[in-house]
Amino acid sequence: MILENFPALVIAVPLLAAFAVNLLGRLSRAWIAPLVLGSLAFSTIASVVLLARVLREGTVRYVMGGWRAPFGIELVVDPLSGLMLVVVAAVALVACVSVVKSVEQELPGKDYLFFTLLLILIAGLLGLVVTGDAFNLYVLLEITSITTYGLIAMGPDRAPLSSFNYIIMGTIGACFYLLGVGYLYILTGSLNMADIALILPGLEGQVAVATAFAFLLVGFWVKMAFFPLHSWLPNAYSHAPNSVAVVVAPLMTKVTVYLMLRIILTVFSVDYAFYQHAAVQSTIVWVSAGAIVCASFLALAQRDLKRMLTYIIVAEVGYMVGGAWLANSAGLTGAVLHIVNDAIMTLCMFLAVLAIAYRIGDTRFENLTGIFRKMPITMAAFTLGAFSMIGVPPTCGFFSKWYLILGGVEADQWGFVIALVVSSLVNAVLFFRIIEIGYFRLEEQDHAAVHGNGVAEAPLMILSPLVLTALALLVVGFGSGLIVKDVIRLALPAGF
Amino acid sequence: MDGLLNEVIAKYNYWIYVVLMMIGFYAMIGKNNLVKKLLGMNIFQTAIILFFVSTGVKRDAGVAIVDKYEVLKHGVDASTVVNPLPHVLMLTAIVVSVSVTGVALALLIRIHRRYGSLEEDEILEKIRQ
Repeated sequence: MILENFPALVIAVPLLAAFAVNLLGRLSRAWIAPLVLGSLAFSTIASVVLLARVLREGTVRYVMGGWRAPFGIELVVDPLSGLMLVVVAAVALVACVSVVKSVEQELPGKDYLFFTLLLILIAGLLGLVVTGDAFNLYVLLEITSITTYGLIAMGPDRAPLSSFNYIIMGTIGACFYLLGVGYLYILTGSLNMADIALILPGLEGQVAVATAFAFLLVGFWVKMAFFPLHSWLPNAYSHAPNSVAVVVAPLMTKVTVYLMLRIILTVFSVDYAFYQHAAVQSTIVWVSAGAIVCASFLALAQRDLKRMLTYIIVAEVGYMVGGAWLANSAGLTGAVLHIVNDAIMTLCMFLAVLAIAYRIGDTRFENLTGIFRKMPITMAAFTLGAFSMIGVPPTCGFFSKWYLILGGVEADQWGFVIALVVSSLVNAVLFFRIIEIGYFRLEEQDHAAVHGNGVAEAPLMILSPLVLTALALLVVGFGSGLIVKDVIRLALPAGF
Repeated sequence: MDGLLNEVIAKYNYWIYVVLMMIGFYAMIGKNNLVKKLLGMNIFQTAIILFFVSTGVKRDAGVAIVDKYEVLKHGVDASTVVNPLPHVLMLTAIVVSVSVTGVALALLIRIHRRYGSLEEDEILEKIRQ
C-alpha cells in the first residue's frame, strides 16, 4: 500500500517536514536535524526504490486524488525522472548534513526559518521532476523560485539586491513558460503532457506551435541561466549564504535542464524539436559553444573561489544544452549523464567552499594561501572535484565530456567540440591557479598569526559529506557505463 | 493597411496583451527605480492573466455554473458556457504573482534600509565606494 504511494510521498514527506520544522524547531532546536535529515533520507530511499521499480516494470503513473489524467494531475516516474529523483534527493540529503552544522554559524537563531524554506524548495524540486502536468510544472517552478529568492536574501550585504534582480529575471522566465503553456492549451485543449503529445502531431505545421515551443524554451533558458541570459546567476549565487549555495547551485540549474529535456522528449517529439527546424538546432549548438567559451573566460577574471564557481556553472549549462541539441545519441546521453555528474561535481566544490568559509571566513584568493597545509582533507576532496571539472579520468566529469565530444564530432559541430576543449583547458588553468596559491605560495606571517599554523579542518559534520561526495565522483565515474546502459538508454526515445 | 486593421480589431484581446506586456517589459528593463521595475513585472504578469482569461470567452456564452442533475440527465451544450479552466488556472497564477510581489517588496524594504535609496544607480554608486 505504502509502496504504491511512493511517487506522492517522495514530495509530501519533505513538504510536511517543512511545516513541522517551523513549529517544532521554534520550540527546540533539537528537532531540526532529525526532521530535516529524516525526511530527506526517506525521500532518497523512496526514490531509489522507485527507480528500481521503474527499471523493472516500466513507467509508473500515479493519479493524484483519484482524478484521472488528462483531467487530473498525474505524477510520472519514467527512467529519466526516476534517475533525476535519486540525484535530487541524494544531493539534497548529503548537502543538508553539512548545512545543519554551517547554519549555526552563518544564520544563528534563524535556522528553523531557514530549513522551512529549504525543505519546501527541495519538495518543489522533487515535484518538478515527477509532475506530468504542464501547468503544475509552472506552479512548482515558482515554488522553487520564490523559496530560492527568500533563501538568497538571507545572505549579508548585497544579497537582497542580487535576490531582487533574480526575482525580476526569474519572473520573466516563468511568465514566458506560462505563455508557452497558454498557447499549447489553446491549440490542444489539454494541460497533461502525455495528452498534449498525442494531440500535437496533427498541428505541427502551425506557427502557433513553434511560438509555444519558443516561449517554453526561452522561459527555461532564463531560469537555467543559459548564456547570454545568465546575468542574474553569478551575483545571486555568490552573495547567497554558503549554506544556501551548497543546495541551490548543484540542483536548480540541473533540474531546469532536465525540464527542457522533458518538454522536448515528452511534449514535443524529438522529430519536431531537432529535425524540423535544422537551422534552429545548429544555431542553439553554436550559442552553447559561445556560452561555454565566454563563461569560462569570465570565470578566469574572478578573484573569489565561490564567484569563480558560479561562472563555471554557467559554462556547464552550456555543455548540457549544447549536448542535448546535438540531436544524436551520444550528445543526448552525454547531456543526461552530465546532469548527474555536474550535480555531484558542483556539490563537491560548494561543500569545499562551505568548509573553507567555515574556518577562514571567506574564499577570496588572497586568503587561500597555505590552505593545503591547514585543511589537507578538504583540499584533497576539492582537488578531486577540480579534476572532475577539468575532465581527468577516472573521475565522472571525464565520461560525460567524452560523450559530449563524441556527439559533437558525430554531428559535425566542430565549434562545440572546440569550445569543450577550450573550456577544459581554462578549467585546468583556473584550478591549478588555486592549487598554486593554496599549496606552493608561502603563508604570510601576519596571516599565520591570526589563524594559527596547525591543521584546522572543518567539523566532521561538514567534512564527511565532502569526502563522501569526492568518493562518489570516482564511484559514479567507474559506474558510468552501467548508468548509461541500464538507465539513460531506457530514458532516451526510440531510435536514440 | 486595411487588412492589418481588420486583423487587429478581430483579435484585439491578443493585441492588448502584447502591448501591455511590452509596457511591463520596458519598465522592467528600462527603469532605474526598483519599485518601478517591480510594477513593470506586475504589469507583465497581468498581461498574461488577461491573455489566458480572454481565451476562455465565447460569443453569447454564460457563466459556467450549471445544475448538476440537469447536466447528468441532458448533458451540457459547451457553446453556452465560457471555458472556466483558464480562469481557474489564473487564480493560481494570481496567487503566485502576489507571493512574488510580497517577497520583492520585503526585499525592497531591506535594500532601502541598507542603502537609503531605491534608485539603482545611486545604490550601485554606494556599493562601489
